[in-house]
Amino acid sequence: MRPPDTNEILLQVEGVALSFGGVRALKDVSLNVRKGEIRAIIGPNGAGKTSMLNVVNGFYHPDRGTITFKGRTRDRMQPFEAARGGIARTFQNVALFKGMSALDNIMAGRTLKVRRGLLWQVLRCGPALKEELEHRHRVEEIIDFLEIEAIRKVPVGRLPYGLQKRVELGRALAMEPDLLLLDEPMAGMNLEEKEDMSRFIVDVNNQYGTTIALIEHDMAVVMDLSDRVAVLDHGVKIADGTPDEVKNSQAVIEAYLGVAH
Amino acid sequence: MLYREAGQFKTTYAEDMAIFPIRQDRIALAVLLGIAFIGVPLLATFHIWPFGSDYLLWAILLPFLILALAAIGTNILVGYCGQISLGSGAFMAIGAYSAYKLVTGVHIPLAWLSFAISIPPLPVFASILLGGLIAAGVGILFGIPSLRIKGLYLAVATLAAQFFFDWAFLRIPWFTNYAPSGSVNAPELNFFGLIVQSPIERYLLCLLLVTLMALLAKNLVRGNLGRQWMAIRDMDIAAELIGIRPLYAKLTAFAVSSFIIGVAGALWAFVYLGSWEPLAFSIDRSLQLLFMVIIGGLGSIMGSFVGAAFILIVPIMLNLIPAELGVPLSTETIAHFEFIIFGSLICYLLIKEPHGFARLISIGKEKLRLWPFPY
Repeated sequence: MRPPDTNEILLQVEGVALSFGGVRALKDVSLNVRKGEIRAIIGPNGAGKTSMLNVVNGFYHPDRGTITFKGRTRDRMQPFEAARGGIARTFQNVALFKGMSALDNIMAGRTLKVRRGLLWQVLRCGPALKEELEHRHRVEEIIDFLEIEAIRKVPVGRLPYGLQKRVELGRALAMEPDLLLLDEPMAGMNLEEKEDMSRFIVDVNNQYGTTIALIEHDMAVVMDLSDRVAVLDHGVKIADGTPDEVKNSQAVIEAYLGVAH
Repeated sequence: MLYREAGQFKTTYAEDMAIFPIRQDRIALAVLLGIAFIGVPLLATFHIWPFGSDYLLWAILLPFLILALAAIGTNILVGYCGQISLGSGAFMAIGAYSAYKLVTGVHIPLAWLSFAISIPPLPVFASILLGGLIAAGVGILFGIPSLRIKGLYLAVATLAAQFFFDWAFLRIPWFTNYAPSGSVNAPELNFFGLIVQSPIERYLLCLLLVTLMALLAKNLVRGNLGRQWMAIRDMDIAAELIGIRPLYAKLTAFAVSSFIIGVAGALWAFVYLGSWEPLAFSIDRSLQLLFMVIIGGLGSIMGSFVGAAFILIVPIMLNLIPAELGVPLSTETIAHFEFIIFGSLICYLLIKEPHGFARLISIGKEKLRLWPFPY
């Protein structure tokens, strides 16, 4: 069940600035994600949304500012450390392991949960086999949840885009993350696929209690799904609040529609 | 019609995750192993065709087995982890020379410490395995650059390993126990009291080791570590994101690959060659292994065997065919034709199926499942 809305802060980004050469992608952005909520980050193209996610999971190291996740503050970490901390992520353009089957992709998401080392895996018997089967069991639950049973043995390179997105979500879920970052989970999907994906996102949030931060351009989806929305424009946070508050914010309207002269 | 999996229900995940989940495949494998372990020795003992002489055993099956093992090692690094390596020959050499040093006893005088490292001569089997382990250590060392450089640049870096060890084993007399000719001889192959001498004994020894190591390698690549390697190969950024440490994944791939190649190198030297010099492990050997892996199928253990068979056996066949057919050609002409035909065969295969024999076989299986219907 969905955890009761608390005000406990899971992720706090404080005064983060990031620049690439002369381009300042993020200028002093602060925002937080509460435990158990669905948090959206929106903004026009080039607003710095993806940069924000990349900072959170360690791809980019911010020039200034701190990131506090689960009460621990840090300013520099590697992506796999973020993963170990419980941050999972999907990409705008699907980043699956093309040569592997859907099942293996999701199984790869269990890497951090694997306890037996190389020597046990070579033998693949006793505890190692038992562990492998447990992971398989867990992964099958996710496959069930995402309704991709039929394609589990298919190499993901052969799957249509919508299903690839689903497998990628599955791989992130296999990590049993505390915070799930979704970078445009609905980009390039038709209405039906968007509805499916929205349902999965809400279900993930409800059933597993996973906190979700997502970037999305489809306003209807964002306003429907999210508890709170932050709006970025040119690397600056221009609005933050419930969907209704954001919708009526003058700054947001100007950012999206332009200013009347 | 014969190759149907209809009616074979799997009720546990363990059954579904077996190496050969389809019954017909298991039967085929059992038959193959039966032929290899029982049929061949029987035929060879009684000198029944085609084992009338030791030629087939000595010149084809023995090198095939050992090079298939080396190809498995290469495949783990190149095919599964995606790190192109041109240094496989060097790792075979490291396995061979380390095993040689261990089997003859190691003595390193450290005069300035008034101390010497001395290891008494070890048994053959332990030396071969330790040779593999030393190759693994060196593999890790040469794998470190892979954390920074990728693709073709890494291939060039591994090429450095190849040339360095070619040089080292040729020029540093310590490795060859100061043999004046630079060539060294394998010890008596005493495995726990059993002396391996005749071709059939050598064949069985290699077959046993290769089968075992192929099984263990398969276990690795279908387990979590194998998935980590493939994840690094397919998309290293996403791999890091799900918690895979590139350092660990790449270096384990280098270590496991070098271990297998090192053991294969020791077998090649001890069991097949008997006496050898560094030329046996030159860049040609590295390229040969790489071709085996590419033609057999990147990322397939079975493909390594098929690739090894193709690269090794087809030239021999091409060489024998004209004589068998009674075509009057000089040996020189035959050798030229061998190159031409073999080269064009490789080109044709790679154009037809760039993913190698492994893919061809899996396509064949899919077709066979539906046969006689097209879909």
